[in-house]
Amino acid sequence: MNGLRIIIAPVQKLPVVTVLAVIEAGASNDPHGLEGLAYLTAEALREGTAGHTGLEILEGFEKLGSSLESGADWDSTVVSMTLLKDQLRSGYALFAEVLTSPSFPEHEVERLKAERLAERLQILAEPRGLADESFSKFLYSEDSRYSEPMNGNNESISRITCQSAADFFGSRCTPDATTLIIVGDIGFHEGVELIVAALGSWQGKKLVGAMETVQETRPVRAMEVVSKADAAQAELRLGHKGVARSHPDYFKLVVMNAVLGGLFSSRINLNLREKHGYTYGASSYYDWRRQPGPFVIATAVQNEVVADALRETLAEIDGMRTVAISADELSLATSYLEGVFPIRYETTSAIASALANLVIFDLPDTFYDDYRENIRNVSTADVLTAARAYVRPEELRVVVVGDPAVVKVPLENLGFSSVLVQPPYRSVNDNG
Amino acid sequence: MRIPIETFRLDNGLFVTLSEDHTAPIVAVNLWYHVGSANEKPGRTGFAHLFEHMLFQGSEHVGSNEHFELIQRAGGTLNGSTWLERTNYYETVPSNQLGIALWLEADRMGALLPAMTQEKLDNQRDVVKNERRWSVDNQPYGTWFERLSALAFPEAHPFHHSLIGSMEDLSAASLDDIKQFFRAFYTPDNAVLSIAGDFDSLDVRQRVEGYFGRIPRGEGKPLLTGMELPPTFGRSTRLVVKDEVALPRLFLAFRSPVFGSDDYYPASICSAILGMRRGSRLHRSLVRERQIAADASAFTFDLAKGGDVLVADVTARPETTAEMLEEQVGREIDAFMSTGPSQQEVDRAIALIETDMVTAMQSASERADRLSMFATFFGDPEILNDQSEKYHAVTVDSVARFAVAHLGPDNRATLLFVPMNAKNTGNAPNGTTESPAVAA
Repeated sequence: MNGLRIIIAPVQKLPVVTVLAVIEAGASNDPHGLEGLAYLTAEALREGTAGHTGLEILEGFEKLGSSLESGADWDSTVVSMTLLKDQLRSGYALFAEVLTSPSFPEHEVERLKAERLAERLQILAEPRGLADESFSKFLYSEDSRYSEPMNGNNESISRITCQSAADFFGSRCTPDATTLIIVGDIGFHEGVELIVAALGSWQGKKLVGAMETVQETRPVRAMEVVSKADAAQAELRLGHKGVARSHPDYFKLVVMNAVLGGLFSSRINLNLREKHGYTYGASSYYDWRRQPGPFVIATAVQNEVVADALRETLAEIDGMRTVAISADELSLATSYLEGVFPIRYETTSAIASALANLVIFDLPDTFYDDYRENIRNVSTADVLTAARAYVRPEELRVVVVGDPAVVKVPLENLGFSSVLVQPPYRSVNDNG
Repeated sequence: MRIPIETFRLDNGLFVTLSEDHTAPIVAVNLWYHVGSANEKPGRTGFAHLFEHMLFQGSEHVGSNEHFELIQRAGGTLNGSTWLERTNYYETVPSNQLGIALWLEADRMGALLPAMTQEKLDNQRDVVKNERRWSVDNQPYGTWFERLSALAFPEAHPFHHSLIGSMEDLSAASLDDIKQFFRAFYTPDNAVLSIAGDFDSLDVRQRVEGYFGRIPRGEGKPLLTGMELPPTFGRSTRLVVKDEVALPRLFLAFRSPVFGSDDYYPASICSAILGMRRGSRLHRSLVRERQIAADASAFTFDLAKGGDVLVADVTARPETTAEMLEEQVGREIDAFMSTGPSQQEVDRAIALIETDMVTAMQSASERADRLSMFATFFGDPEILNDQSEKYHAVTVDSVARFAVAHLGPDNRATLLFVPMNAKNTGNAPNGTTESPAVAA
């Protein structure tokens, strides 16, 4: 066998099937200077094979009422399609062809690069995207892959070639690095037979000894204002390095985060939105990755109240670390997380993505079976311990995208030693 | 594929649709009130949406924000949304928690007003103003929807004004407005309740009767007037907006037949041919082949009254000027008008829409929402089960006829966003871009 792993999940509900290939190759594996290569390679997969042009592949899937979706996140490349059962065999033939013989035509790779560069301009002109990217840059150290956008920056995207895409795919996207997942209206044996027939002879060995780089941060409390003088609101991000997805205290952190800023009825949202009316919404989240991704609190408020909003947020963080949450708060979080469990997995594509997460994060096969019990077992003492151990006010990095003339002085009065102001980003048309 | 549907009506006029599905232990509750921004009075733009926020501020028996807390504590998800011609509220809960979702919806339909205070209104007014800043004012192209609605509907028409509302009108909203709006529109005879998922039909009928049956019928709502519109604009209109955006972006709108009418389906197929997914005409020609656009799509608003709107939405590549973009999109539309679609294009569109319709039915919440939609607009949720057949009946000829009648210069509204610093003519030279790399 070629090392390809197979997961079949029969769901007899509607005549719908999702096929998803998850490959152990993500943006974290981008070579230095070629940031964005994993994503671009994944996109370019559907743009040509030994037997078909990109246009023929596109037409082939859409004729069947489906689309081939392909992309990469930090830790994996995912190729997927959802289609009606009676189109499965035709769609799957094309799906397997894309996986086994992509040709990465130069003109298609160049087009995709130009589309990514246009996207860069859009992100930097958009306050939310700008805030997210600025935060990653401000949090992670310069040599960390996480400091650069997942899909790359202008320079790195420009350096990508069809050859670098082909090399990345050939060395990392191999059968022994791939799990094929089929969910929906299909029997177990039928699924296995389908997969083996088209992918059993797929050849290739993944790079051996490819190390995961350590993602270093700058664990010092500091603040940066990204200047956007015309901004109708200030986008606020604060946080620090979180923990790896495989961390043993995962469930404690999930519950802790739900109470702090994960739920609508969380402390931060009730304070900033329902008590003060500062914002349309405020939330906190762990960006779960194989390596420690960021723990982030995000909101958008008027420039005039950004310091007030930040002060309230800091107080909520301190509150989580000072006194145990109430039994009521705990049960709200745990009963919510337990209850929504089946609601999250109504569709074949949601189930396929959940199964892919088992693969990406090396989770046990029983992860979903045990999920609710693990949530139920978290106590108020666990939440306090987790908040004290993993929420670190002294390491908070704060990024505000807003009007420096309004926000800088009030923010300085909050006691951040330095408030760096970054100049506004210039758009492509600012050159004359 | 057909989904099972039952309906009944309570004496107070509440129309109820049920669709049983026992494949997962969850159930969706979905309530549509037949009121939207179209029903706002002059000087109160944004009120229908502000009012939606107030429905989460408690009732005579439920504390502020307790609605959210009770549903989340039950292990459920919930939200609400406001549109031009309806407002919806919905929960999905584990099936043993159906009672709390039904009770909460009935409770606020019956006993909202005693809980309304100036303080809550002021708070939610601030929240909504921040929602406007977040989703409209501080977003590139964020004003597109209100600008396009204003272009596509005449000034006095109920769909003309802003859905999210102006800051001035939001400031003007009063508790008295809340009372009037609630009494006029939030009545059982102006609502549809849909329940989809894992429930027992007999049990749910009793519960719905028990919770909602005691709420009195409304005293009649102000009728929407001035909805009727000619089939086309009768002229072309154009608005150029210089804005803080990175790339030119064109919205080209066409008046089209109302959602659900016989002529709607060729229009819907036409929009899918032009701009649904990467194999559509606009994407294929402008993004893939000629590479003057960074993205292209088309869609319909799906308005069921007065007139619908079909929109093509195309964003330029950095080296494409706004003028070029407008000219080239115009040419694509002209070409489509003169040749019509191919059979393959129609088949592709039908296949994509068919898959979307079936996969959407996997979600109890989607199922309930669509039942509510067809019941609210047409009084008959069974129409949901006829959609596939209606799409399959669309022919090359019917799409071509639609294109000739609706895509011409007498039926185009152009909304063009131009970067603030763009030069008026010529191409922005490639390769002179200031690198926007983020400084550490």
